Amino acid sequence: MLLDVWRKIITTGTVTRDFDAVVPPACSRGQVVPKAARDGACAACRKCEAACPGQAITVDGEGAHVDDKACLFCGRCVSLCPKDRLEQTAKYDLASLGGVFAGPSPSDTARKIRAALGRSLHIRHVDIGSCNACDFEMTHLCNPIYDVQQYGLDFVPSPRHADLLMVTGVVTRNSTQALQMTYEATPTPKLVMAVGTCACSGKAFGEGYAVRGAVDSIVPVDIYVPGCPPRPQAIIDGVMKALARRIGQ
Amino acid sequence: MLPHDTKIVPAFQLRETAYAISREGGRLLAMFANDERPVCGKFVIYCLFSNDGGTVLVKGLLDRDETPEFPSISPEIPAAAWYEREIRDLFGLKPVGHPDPRRLVLHENFPDGVHPLRKDFDTRTPIETVVGGEFPMAGVSGEGVFEVPVGPIHAGIIEPGHFRFSQAGEMMMRLDAKMFFVHRGIEKAVEGQPLADAFYRVERISGIASVAHALAYSQAVESLAGVVPSGRARYLRALVAEMERLYNHVGDIGNMCAGIGFAVAIMAGARMKEAVMQVSDRLTGNRFLRGMVAPGGVRRDIDAATEQAIRTLLDALEPDFTELVGLFRENDELLERMNTTGIVPKQAAFDLGVTGVGARASGVDTDYRRDFPYGCYPDLALSIPVYTAGDVAARLWVRVDETYACIRLIRQILDQMPEGELRLPVPSIPAHSSAFGWAESSQGGVIHWLMTGKDDTVYRLFVRAAAYPNWPALTVAAPGNIIPDFPLINKSFELSYACLDR
Repeated sequence: MLLDVWRKIITTGTVTRDFDAVVPPACSRGQVVPKAARDGACAACRKCEAACPGQAITVDGEGAHVDDKACLFCGRCVSLCPKDRLEQTAKYDLASLGGVFAGPSPSDTARKIRAALGRSLHIRHVDIGSCNACDFEMTHLCNPIYDVQQYGLDFVPSPRHADLLMVTGVVTRNSTQALQMTYEATPTPKLVMAVGTCACSGKAFGEGYAVRGAVDSIVPVDIYVPGCPPRPQAIIDGVMKALARRIGQ
Repeated sequence: MLPHDTKIVPAFQLRETAYAISREGGRLLAMFANDERPVCGKFVIYCLFSNDGGTVLVKGLLDRDETPEFPSISPEIPAAAWYEREIRDLFGLKPVGHPDPRRLVLHENFPDGVHPLRKDFDTRTPIETVVGGEFPMAGVSGEGVFEVPVGPIHAGIIEPGHFRFSQAGEMMMRLDAKMFFVHRGIEKAVEGQPLADAFYRVERISGIASVAHALAYSQAVESLAGVVPSGRARYLRALVAEMERLYNHVGDIGNMCAGIGFAVAIMAGARMKEAVMQVSDRLTGNRFLRGMVAPGGVRRDIDAATEQAIRTLLDALEPDFTELVGLFRENDELLERMNTTGIVPKQAAFDLGVTGVGARASGVDTDYRRDFPYGCYPDLALSIPVYTAGDVAARLWVRVDETYACIRLIRQILDQMPEGELRLPVPSIPAHSSAFGWAESSQGGVIHWLMTGKDDTVYRLFVRAAAYPNWPALTVAAPGNIIPDFPLINKSFELSYACLDR
């Protein structure tokens, strides 16, 4: 039996790859962008704006603008546009920074965080209203393909051990207290990443009796990672941007 | 088409009608309420049963002027217990004689007397937050008995739920669960939305059952509109539904090994799941297979290269998976943990209305793909494994057999793929028409009930995922086992919280 286990390990070999070496297929549903102006003009019919289930689109004189943080990446706007003015690309690295990392040049706190935690960041997962797709992608970060431990990242069992909270989902009424208490239990610097469009925008299920909105309506957010769900590479990209660990950052 | 038969009774006769069906072997599939006061001046309580002849729907009518209560059917039909608590929370209709008076969906932060699924409740009404309320948890008292509270934030990457274990030493005596932390009010959020818009919220009820929910909803819409998707669309739908089952099953088999710390198997399962998800991405543009199913058909076609990618995946996966199963088929250390652990007896599985893997591991032979045929499944060779032990190991073997069945099914779907329109237009549907839609997800049967409003909008959508009847089974499986086995028992069901909470 033990020999079979060893044989399986050896024949499988190493499957771990750099996160940006796992390239999504060209047909995958990533960022939606307006097509280049030379191909024709937006009719300003606002069909995309009305049809967007994430309320991510605004149309003005220049055409449609898509807010990545609210986009559900469903591609409905693209298929409804009568002038064929929108296209869906496979681009997934859409993370943006806020909170302690906001601004064009890093603050002293951001520098300290990067120096101290740049190569050893401990993460606690907090689901406060997700559909579980974001959470499973977080689980996949620990699979042998992405293996985030290779970057010095690890998931810890308690917020008291965590530098960063990865929060998924729109904040529900029933989990608000859990989010607040988890945030309080986390030691400084209490970094928070909003993982997925629900957590970033809070608009995916509208305004209702059961939801309170985006994560940043309850606790400060330092990293926004849009996606429905964001693929594992997109989550790693968010961490790398925050820690200024990618070339050119 | 569901239901095969309908009985309409006044609400005060609900109990005797339901008991009569139950005593003849009927099994409660779903129970929900609808505020039809604007339509016919009544609240209506719907109970859907399956029996030998198919299904029967009981409608209990409660006039708007009557006292808002109905006789509880939970004392003899345990499967109704959570449904009735939900109806009381969301509609303010009291199940008289219910053995458990606690709330279910709305927690202690929610004020009394506010019932959000009533039509006269505007969803944007500000609701005060009750501070300092208590949510009583069921326990055990006596010398030496202590409680272990766990959650809602867990130690792993898991969805939120609160468990309260009553312990005598290591042994679990009782388990109570407080759920609905991720209750997003989706059923209310889609009310009044155009049917086509609501679809995108429905597809996002649960990540791991995205296809099953999209299918159940689309089939309800199509059944009302009289649309039958083309053969190609039905085959493509079955393809993504089986891909969903495949990635869940290989991932769940790995995760069950996490319950006993068998790292090689955990990683092998995770690696195979990733391989299926990467091909899923290529097929639909989304790793969770979103963006394929839509009312009227499908949104994307499959090209020759993608078909070949799926075949190549299966050819590599099958021997890989067989080697993985070989690591635990006769592994005493693993089997000693899994055999006789977390037993759900057949009678309990039957009474609670357990569905999917949990039911088939406890000797209840049910699978919506065969029992209530839909899509192209009547053309396909289904093989549905049933085990009788009802323990963790039985749930593992059901998943193992289903993984092989799934691989065969995907090959058959690709071989038989017909030509046809991808998506047909959905004509207008008269207001206040209603229909069921259903699908078998990797966890079990999913049921949606849709009533349309004016101008092709949603008047009411009820969503019952497989997790709904399966969660209470966990409170049957756990007692009598040691608490270190709870993660293993829990993972053997691998239930979605988002599906339940909505």
